[in-house]
Amino acid sequence: MDIKYYIFLSVALFVIGIVGVLTRRNAIIIFMCIELMLNATNLLLVAFSKMHYLAGKATNATAGIDGQLFVFFIMVVAAAEVSVGLAIIVMLYRNTHSVDVNFLNRLKH
Amino acid sequence: MKNLILLIPLLPFLGFLINGLLRRQLSKGLIGVIGSGTVLASFIISLYAFFNLDAIGGGQAISSSARIVGNPVLRYFDFINVGDLKVPFAFQIDQLSSLFLLIITGVGFLIHLYSTAYMHEEKREHFGRYFAYLNLFVFSMLLLVMGANYVIMFIGWEGVGLCSYLLIGYWFKNIDYTKAAKKAFVMNRIGDFGFLLAIFWIISKVHTTNFTDVFLHLSSFSTKDLIGITLLLFLGATGKSTQIPLYTWLPDAMAGPTPVSALIHAATMVTAGIYMIARSNALYSLAPITLNVVAIIGAATALLAATIALRQNDIKKVLAYSTVSQLGYMFLALGTGAYIAAVFHVMTHAFFKALLFLGSGSVIHAVSGNQDIRAMGGLRKALPVTYTTFLIGCLAIAGIAPLSGFFSKDAILLSAFEHNKILWVIGLLTAGLTAFYMFRLLFITFSGTFRGTEEQRHHIHESPAAMTIPLIVLAVLSIVGGFVNVPGVFMRGGEKLTAFLSPVIPVNEGAAVSHSTEWMLMGLTTAVAVIAIVIAWSRYRRYKEEKETPLARTLENKWYVDELYDAIVVKPLNSLGKAVNTFIERGTIDAMVNGVGRLVNYGSRQLRWLQSGQVGAYVLLMVISMVLLFIVQFFLRK
Repeated sequence: MDIKYYIFLSVALFVIGIVGVLTRRNAIIIFMCIELMLNATNLLLVAFSKMHYLAGKATNATAGIDGQLFVFFIMVVAAAEVSVGLAIIVMLYRNTHSVDVNFLNRLKH
Repeated sequence: MKNLILLIPLLPFLGFLINGLLRRQLSKGLIGVIGSGTVLASFIISLYAFFNLDAIGGGQAISSSARIVGNPVLRYFDFINVGDLKVPFAFQIDQLSSLFLLIITGVGFLIHLYSTAYMHEEKREHFGRYFAYLNLFVFSMLLLVMGANYVIMFIGWEGVGLCSYLLIGYWFKNIDYTKAAKKAFVMNRIGDFGFLLAIFWIISKVHTTNFTDVFLHLSSFSTKDLIGITLLLFLGATGKSTQIPLYTWLPDAMAGPTPVSALIHAATMVTAGIYMIARSNALYSLAPITLNVVAIIGAATALLAATIALRQNDIKKVLAYSTVSQLGYMFLALGTGAYIAAVFHVMTHAFFKALLFLGSGSVIHAVSGNQDIRAMGGLRKALPVTYTTFLIGCLAIAGIAPLSGFFSKDAILLSAFEHNKILWVIGLLTAGLTAFYMFRLLFITFSGTFRGTEEQRHHIHESPAAMTIPLIVLAVLSIVGGFVNVPGVFMRGGEKLTAFLSPVIPVNEGAAVSHSTEWMLMGLTTAVAVIAIVIAWSRYRRYKEEKETPLARTLENKWYVDELYDAIVVKPLNSLGKAVNTFIERGTIDAMVNGVGRLVNYGSRQLRWLQSGQVGAYVLLMVISMVLLFIVQFFLRK
C-alpha cells in the first residue's frame, strides 16, 4: 500500500488529538487525546521504518530498525506518563471533586 | 620626664575612655571622681613641669636650633612621614604652653568639680557621657597647646571643635540645642578651613610644620606669603575665638550645660585662637598689615559685642557676649603687638569668666533652671557666697584696681594707646560698657525684690560645697591673678609674666610711654569704669521695666546680625539646595533610577496576562509556536 495513506491517517489522528487537547476541559479526555497524538506518531514511525526496510533490504539487513525501536520507547514513556498522570488526576478529583482543567488555574496563586 | 609629660594629655583621655565605655556600670560618684581626678592629676603634673622647665629642655636631645630659641621639644614618634615632609608627634613644653597647661587643667579641674554637683540630677548614663565629653575636651585642648607643630595643634583644634559640638548639644532631645551645636560646628569649620590652608601654605614653603623650624626659616617666606598665611591663620582664629564675622555661634552655645559654657569660655576652645597667634608671633610680627586687620577686627568685635550685651536678658547670654567682647580685647592686644598682654588677659579672663559662669550656674541652680534675669532679683541674702564671688568677678572684669582684670586690661589699653588713638578710644568705650552691663546684670539679679514665682521663692538655696568651693577658689584667683604682671609704674621688676614669657615672645621695646601718661591712662580707665558702675547702680538698683526704644530693640536683637547671615548665606544656600534637589536629584538621578524600575514594572504587567493559569491557553500557545517554528524552518530550508 502507498505510504501516503498512512501519512494521511496519521495526520488525521494527530489533528483530532490536537483539537481534542485544545478544546476539551476534562483532564481524562485531554489525556486520551495526548495518547492519540502519540499513537499517530507511532503509526508514522512504523510506516516509515517499513518503507526504509523495503528500500534498503538488499544492502542493509537492519534498515529501518531504529524507527521501530523508537515506537517501543514512546510506548514505555507513554505508559509511565499515564501511570503518573492518572495518579495526579485521581488526587485532583479527591481534593476538588472535579477534573476540569480550567478549574485548576487556581494553582497559579 | 618625657613620659611624665605624655601623661598630661593621656590622663584625661583615659578618663574619657573609662567614663565613656563604663558609663552604665559606674556609679555617679565614681564617674565624678574619675572625671575630676584625671584632670587634677594632669594639673599636678603640669605644675611640676611648670617649675622644672629647664629640666625638660636640658634632659632631652633637642636640636641645636631649638636650643637657640629655647624651646624644649619632646619627640615621641613619627606621625606623618611622606617624601621630604616629616611631622613628628612631638610636644613643646615652653613658657607659653606650660602657662596654658596650668590654666586649662587648673580651671578645668575646678569646672569638673563644680559639674559633679551641678549635673547631679542627670541620669547615670548621661552623667557618664557628660564627663567623658568633658575629659575629651580637656584632652583636645591639651593636645592643642602642647603640640610642637601646626599639625598636632590642628588635631587638638579639631578635637575641641568636636567636643564643643557634643557638649553644646548635650541635651540633644531639644531640637534648638542641637541646632545651636550644629551652628557652632559649621562656623568653626569655616575657620578651620583657613587654618588648614595656612598649614598647607607653610608646608609648601618650608616643608615642615614644626614651630621651631618654621620660625628659623622666616627668610623663606616672601611678604605676600607672610600676609597670606597670617590672614588665613587669623581666619581660623576668628572661628575658634569668635571674632567678626564668625562670632554668632558663641551666644547660641549657651544651650549646653553651664559648666560647659564656663569651660568653653574660660579655659579652652575660645582661647585657642589667641594661643595660636601668640605662638605664631614671629610670623605675625613680620606682617604689619595682618596685625592691623587683627587689631581692627578685635576692637570692632569688642565694641559690637559689648553693645549687644547691654540689653540681653538671659543671664548666660550677657556673659557670652561679654566673652566675645573680651576676646576682641585680646585680639586688639595681639594686633598692636602686645602678645604678652593678650596672654595675660587670657589668664585673668579664665579666672573671672569661669567664676562668672559658674556663679550664673549657681544662680540658675537656685531658681530652678530659670535663666531670665527679669524674673530674678533680691538673691543677695539667699545666696551669700554666690553673690560675693559674683561681685568679685564683676569688679575684676570691669577693671577695678587692684583686681586681676585691671592689670590685664590696662596693659592692652596701654598698648592700643601707643599704637593707635582710635583703637584706644574704642577700647576705653568698651571698658565702660563692660562695667555697665556687668553691673546691670549684677543689680538686676541680686538687688531689689524677688520677681519669680512663689514656688521658686521657696526653692531658693545656696549651692552645695562642690559648687561653692570652685567659686571661692576662682574668686581668690580673680583678685590676686593680676599681680603676676604688675606694670613697672607700680613696682620695679613687677612684670613677672613678661619676664617669664620673654624667651618665647620677644618683648616689644617700642616707644615707651612716659609714666605720667601711664598714670593718666589708668586713672581714665578706672574713672570710666566707676562712672559706668554708678550709672548702672542708679538705674538698676531697683528693677523697673526698661524703656523700649528702637536702639534698645536693635541691641536686644543683636544688631540683627543673625538675620543678616540668614538672609545672605543661609537662605540662598537653602534655596540652592532646594533647586539642586528638585532639578538634579529628583529631575535627573531619581528619574533615571525610577524610570528603569517603572519600565520593568510596566513590562512585567504586560507579560502577566500570558501566565493566565488556563491550561488551554498554554497548549494553544504551544501549538501556535510549534506551527510557527515549522513554518520558519520550512522557509529557512529554501
